[in-house]
Amino acid sequence: MKVELKDIHKRFGPIQANDGITLSIEPGTLHGLLGENGAGKSTLMKVLSGFLSPDRGEIRLDNKTIRFDSPAEAVALGVGMLHQDPLDFPALRVIDNFLLGSPREFLLDRKYHQTRLAELANRFGFRLDPEARVSELSIGERQQLEIVRLLALGVNVLILDEPTTAISTQQRESLFRALSQLTEEGKTVIFVSHKLDEVKSLCSKVTVLAHGRVTGEAAMDCPTKELVKMMFGQVLTVGKRCEVRLGEPILELQNLSLSDWRLEVKDLSLKVQAGEVVGLAGLEGSGQQLVLRACAGLLRPSAGRIWIAHRDMTGRPYQDFIEASIGYMPAARLEEGLIAGMTLAEHIALTERGPSLFIDWTMAVERASQRIREFNIKGQPTTFVGNLSGGNQQRTLLSLLPSQPKLLLMEHPTRGLDMESMEYIWRLLQALTQQGTAILFISSDPEELLERSDRIAIFFGGKVRMMDTCGASLFDLGESIGGKGFE
Amino acid sequence: MNKEFIRRIIPLQIAAILLALSLSAVILTILSISPIDAFSLILSGAFGSPAKLAYVLTAWAPLLLCSAGLLVTFAAGLWNIGIEGQVVMGAVFATGLMRILQDSLPPSAVLLLAALAGLLGGALWGMLVGGLRRYGSVNEIFGGLGLNFIAGSLTVYLILGPWKRPGIGSTSGTEPFPPSLWLPGFKDFQASPIEMILGLIAIASVAIALRDTHFGLRLRAVGMNMKAAFLKGVPVDQDLFLAFGLCGALAGLAGWVLIVGTSARHNLYPLISSGYGYLAILVVLLANLKPFWSVPISFSFAAISMGSLQLPLQRQLDSSLGGVIQGMLVLSVLVINGIRSRWLRHEG
Amino acid sequence: MDLPILIGSILAASPPILFAVLGETITEKAGVINLSLDGSLLLTAMVGFVVALHMDSVIAGFLAGMVVGSLIAFILAFVSMTLYQPQVATGFVLTLLCRDLAYVFGKAYAHIPGPQVSHAAIPGFSDLPLIGPILFDQNPLVYLSLMAVILVWFFFFKTQPGLLLQGLGERPAAAYVRGVDVTAMRYLYTLIGGAIVGLGGASFSLMVKPGWARPYGIEGTGWIALAIVIFGGWHPIRAAVGALLFNALQTAANLLQSVMPDVPTQLFSTLPFPVMILTLLLVTIGNADWTKRVLNRLPEGMRRFLIRTLKALQTSPPASLGTIFKKE
Repeated sequence: MKVELKDIHKRFGPIQANDGITLSIEPGTLHGLLGENGAGKSTLMKVLSGFLSPDRGEIRLDNKTIRFDSPAEAVALGVGMLHQDPLDFPALRVIDNFLLGSPREFLLDRKYHQTRLAELANRFGFRLDPEARVSELSIGERQQLEIVRLLALGVNVLILDEPTTAISTQQRESLFRALSQLTEEGKTVIFVSHKLDEVKSLCSKVTVLAHGRVTGEAAMDCPTKELVKMMFGQVLTVGKRCEVRLGEPILELQNLSLSDWRLEVKDLSLKVQAGEVVGLAGLEGSGQQLVLRACAGLLRPSAGRIWIAHRDMTGRPYQDFIEASIGYMPAARLEEGLIAGMTLAEHIALTERGPSLFIDWTMAVERASQRIREFNIKGQPTTFVGNLSGGNQQRTLLSLLPSQPKLLLMEHPTRGLDMESMEYIWRLLQALTQQGTAILFISSDPEELLERSDRIAIFFGGKVRMMDTCGASLFDLGESIGGKGFE
Repeated sequence: MNKEFIRRIIPLQIAAILLALSLSAVILTILSISPIDAFSLILSGAFGSPAKLAYVLTAWAPLLLCSAGLLVTFAAGLWNIGIEGQVVMGAVFATGLMRILQDSLPPSAVLLLAALAGLLGGALWGMLVGGLRRYGSVNEIFGGLGLNFIAGSLTVYLILGPWKRPGIGSTSGTEPFPPSLWLPGFKDFQASPIEMILGLIAIASVAIALRDTHFGLRLRAVGMNMKAAFLKGVPVDQDLFLAFGLCGALAGLAGWVLIVGTSARHNLYPLISSGYGYLAILVVLLANLKPFWSVPISFSFAAISMGSLQLPLQRQLDSSLGGVIQGMLVLSVLVINGIRSRWLRHEG
Repeated sequence: MDLPILIGSILAASPPILFAVLGETITEKAGVINLSLDGSLLLTAMVGFVVALHMDSVIAGFLAGMVVGSLIAFILAFVSMTLYQPQVATGFVLTLLCRDLAYVFGKAYAHIPGPQVSHAAIPGFSDLPLIGPILFDQNPLVYLSLMAVILVWFFFFKTQPGLLLQGLGERPAAAYVRGVDVTAMRYLYTLIGGAIVGLGGASFSLMVKPGWARPYGIEGTGWIALAIVIFGGWHPIRAAVGALLFNALQTAANLLQSVMPDVPTQLFSTLPFPVMILTLLLVTIGNADWTKRVLNRLPEGMRRFLIRTLKALQTSPPASLGTIFKKE
């Protein structure tokens, strides 16, 4: 099936996620879609798979203009999407997941469909136990189940959104074999990724997106350097932080192992000294967040130890971490960071608790006004935080961090801020480091990582590699984030 | 223009009251009773004579106390349905203490100690709900309900067992306390100012505590966004536990009022909580968790409840009509609130 | 009393609570909590009796109970899913409102004899030894309620719509991707669940406790039914077992009372409620984090036994229970 997207526009509030994207994919090919986080890949694929309707633009399948009002309609017309976190039912069994929603028969003939499932799975070398609960499956197996299910529904165009983030090497190989096999059978596969090597080895053609636009198209003999250039633009940022005076160790991770339901970080050792800034880079969900949350005391490591300022903090409650003078800033502003129904002054009073029973509102308002000035927040001490704009919420979040922490742990500290405020915030943070604060931060902006960190820990599927930023270029970082050096 | 008018000019509460009254009128019409007749009966039943007003005021006091307690738990996002049991346990503890000490201490000391016992009994029962939630993962709605029934059976056991009246025990209750152990009222106005003052003080203190203390601020933070509050260093478990205890204590004090209050029966009897706790849940929902509004609302609810008691005496109507009106009020507020935010917001 | 008669009497009292539990299980399986059960049961019992009395037809009474039950469910669905108001608050208000409505409308009908469903022994089978009196000499409603349990089980696990229903409560976003109109289907199952609860209410007033009174004597049963749904792990058969256990407990309480005449009657009738908390504690305690820590300190054999027991008892609700689905 031939897929054409013409002049797709999609806007979310102030963000133009897709800004006139035109793209054409030949039937029976494996087409790569490259771009860094926030480039507009996911939005585009959601438009193509019926989750979002574009503000403007046209979708054509086999030269016919079509419109979907729901993902189910897209599937009926032959376009199916495999999500990074498969949209399945963990509490149900594999066979029931396979059957749910189709066929439209009243009584279920599980025996018959089990053979159908087994046949399809075998064709691609997948092993799926029909009786197992999906919650017991690995992400890779859940992807296999979704692929098989979509194929059984007669999907001709298969979209895969960053499918290799959380799966084992073996599963990745079997996935890639299956994808090649699919194209041989005449299906069209769109492979969304930002791992350069994978796209290079797998796809016949690639489209690169940046800032909601197409920045380049290339056949796959294109050198990696060119691709990186298309992804990150022409700016040649080079790490500048070369001479930083470092103090005593603040954070020490010894052979730390962490895991959540989809990912494992194994045997990580890292030492961060006073005054040092370490950036955590990598595709979202490659393990950075696990490490950061473990350092904040929010995730108990399965092995290894965490030392903060020479104190063994392993397994201690979060409260102890706060008392050990860490500051943690979560990424999800209104879910975890701020309380939408409270004012700025109330936030101040909540974070700066004294021994007294009553709140000193005069002082809280005063402090709030002070922070408002200091962090350039557009609001009053009595403004509800939920009524602030995204950028101002981000600044509020920053303003609420402890004033002299030993260790700052931040997820996307400048997300949603303009250049000027970003610069301003980093000046404040760097002033802190000069007083001995160590900073660990996650960012998906490679320039920010390179410019602001002394070292970068690059995460790739749970593996970690350290990189010195001094003299390193954006190309080096881009390649590493894309997986270079991890094999 | 019309929608604008509805949104801006008629406040939510008035629209809800009109809706609730019209729905109740429909019900009365179905029962072939004139709504005006019924409503005026309720009004005269509540305010028709000083004695009736005194009844309303004595019903208002426990309602105020329970509402004050629920303002705390609701602020923390908790559904303390166990409040009925907490009222009962307050009454049980107060009765127990008075039985032990009534002959050895002066009445005022007994009354005071009984109040403390009531506070304690309610608080313990409330914290039990909190404990079941924290350590047993039992949702507070079910834990609270179960404890309500347990408190109920405990009362029945006490009344028919250890605390039974001389002679044969009956479910009509324990032996009434002598008038020296009643809260003092006025000569021809049987309402003790102490009860009402306690209730109003409770609401005012809760209002201040929620707004101006660190504990109150933390509770509200937990109620609005538990995760963010935790990340800001709020000791969530401990605070929720305290909230249950505080609400239970105030409910327990209401239980004490139900034993020693002027219009009380001055003994412990089954179902002594008489639904005050549940009614207070409606009050606080209707007040949209605002302490100030729960004062007039609880007063009107007390008036509706007491006024409705006239219905079965004067007409062939069940006194639950009062409950129907109260329930309709809260439902109407929910509906109108929903309509406003769903359909009218996009207009302006 | 001999055992078959005892079991027979437990079954005979079971239809109301079985229907209530089944109805709520269906509703919650779709991801909606209808907390109004205690009031719904009272109101539908009253309406069922009154309609049956006026029309002199128990069938009409049952139908009326079902209509009223789904009407209450509709109000809940509308206020929570269309107007986005809190589901628990709405359900709680409806609980009290329906109870009071039942008392108000039922006043004229208290303590009046009326029609009721009569026994229907199944000829040929009822004379069988042992199981005859238990299973085949019962009220038709007993047959119906037991059949309903099997039917709901079959629907949940053997049919495509049943599978979709499970998906609705587990992960509405994924159900939506598979072509389900989440809100419309949730409305449908809330209404169906409410109708079945109404059937339960009417079986109180037309069979188990014929007539009407204030108090009617079933106050509190709705809350028990809600707890049994949790105990039953949202599985119709396990929930039915829970409902039967509850009835057995009530029967046992009555028996104990005749054995121990000194203990007051009222005490036994409240016995099921503390038991309810205990069972809830048993099915949820496995989720608490401290349990794992305590278990880890125990000797190996005992730990494994306890873990297995808790696992078997443990239930977890449909993942999206009580949440409202809005598409992107």
